[in-house]
Amino acid sequence: MYGGGYVFLEPTNQETEQNQDDPEKLSAFEKLISSGDKVEPQDWMPYEYRRQLIRLIEQHAHSEIMGSLPEGAWITRAPGFRRKMALIAKVQDEVGHGQMLYSAAETLGKSREQMINDLLSGKSKYSNVFNYPALTWADVTVIGFLIDAAAIVNQVANSKGSYGPYCRALERICYEESFHIKQGHDAFVALATGTNTQRDMLQDALNRWYRPIIHFFGPPDKNSLHGEQLMKWKVKMASNDDMRNQFLDSYIPKIYELGLTLPDENLRKNPETGRWEFSDPDWDEFQRVINGDGPCNAERIATRRFSEEHGQWVRMALMNPRQQATTPLA
Amino acid sequence: MNLKTPIVDPRLNRADLDEAETFTHVNEMEAWGTFEVFHQKKRGDQHVHVGIIHASDPEMALLFAKEQYGRRLHSSSIWVVRTADVYSLGYENQDMFETTPDKMYREAGGYKLRDKISKYKKEMKEHAAG
Repeated sequence: MYGGGYVFLEPTNQETEQNQDDPEKLSAFEKLISSGDKVEPQDWMPYEYRRQLIRLIEQHAHSEIMGSLPEGAWITRAPGFRRKMALIAKVQDEVGHGQMLYSAAETLGKSREQMINDLLSGKSKYSNVFNYPALTWADVTVIGFLIDAAAIVNQVANSKGSYGPYCRALERICYEESFHIKQGHDAFVALATGTNTQRDMLQDALNRWYRPIIHFFGPPDKNSLHGEQLMKWKVKMASNDDMRNQFLDSYIPKIYELGLTLPDENLRKNPETGRWEFSDPDWDEFQRVINGDGPCNAERIATRRFSEEHGQWVRMALMNPRQQATTPLA
Repeated sequence: MNLKTPIVDPRLNRADLDEAETFTHVNEMEAWGTFEVFHQKKRGDQHVHVGIIHASDPEMALLFAKEQYGRRLHSSSIWVVRTADVYSLGYENQDMFETTPDKMYREAGGYKLRDKISKYKKEMKEHAAG
């Protein structure tokens, strides 16, 4: 699971100057994309296309890995054997998705080790939602239902993009994640139709997650400068606001039909525009969390560093001195 | 570590996360090399390329490939091949296939006989009726 909260990094003037693309190759490349064909790793590609894709796919991969932490913490305390089995399978899936996405990014020339180092050092970003805590089992059901649903909106859009290895990984991921939403919805409905205590617990969790969910697809379109070129190159497939609106349209009714509420008196669908409106969700908070100052950033990074460090002796012991790095084929 | 919310995972509380203020760099090749994975859904099907896996040797590659690509529905067999051992023609040679679709004499659909037979039969019938 992952959000569209991806913030595209504008190239510096120096970068733009140093990496001028051959206009002939560029026009052939753009013709390939507009014909609907996929770009494959061995193809020539513009400097900026490669750079943004590495950033995007790498962030997506990190999000899968970091996303498994808040839920993984609840495996030991999942209520009942069936929920525990489903949660284990789901968390394993997420880690597997991280692996597949790292592989897709590797085809663009950044090694897996570099990506992991950039995550551990705090240089690379990942989806903001995973820097919020899962305090109760109800939080896990909100993540499993709504965060996964939002991620699917984003991933289905991205799977229609132009880069072959990323699209192929996303197709497999979307297929596997269809069960994630179902099991999340199932656990969500179980609490919503349960005792008063269970309903209260779920309502509390919803109140906590409302803002991170609004943040999930990233800042409003009017705040973003980039976009046009990345849309043309089919790196970015849908605008943040469009994806957010699509998600709210599909899932708010599923919350309301259970008699639950959302903590925003301005949340409503404008009958004239057909679009959802909501209070300002404090985009400064979004920026603070993505830059490391969220409720759980420190814990998540520390957990990841701990695992990486404690697994190092195993990886080193199994290293094969004759193996050499090769860029994956597809 | 400066925490803003309590750690809820009992396993994490047992781990000494304070030591993770700094981190150990992962060395190049510590994640091992890559293998291309081919998966067969059921006997009789072709093995299809599904992606890659990182492993230090073929045995480990098969184990990880099973975990990564055999997670759903049916699988009957998996192959792994070192990425470096795959030879490819590559897209730069794609033009060598350009004229193949035009070679209709290699296709069953490139041969139209029915019209001739019908014409012949009609003529024969007319002749007989003569």
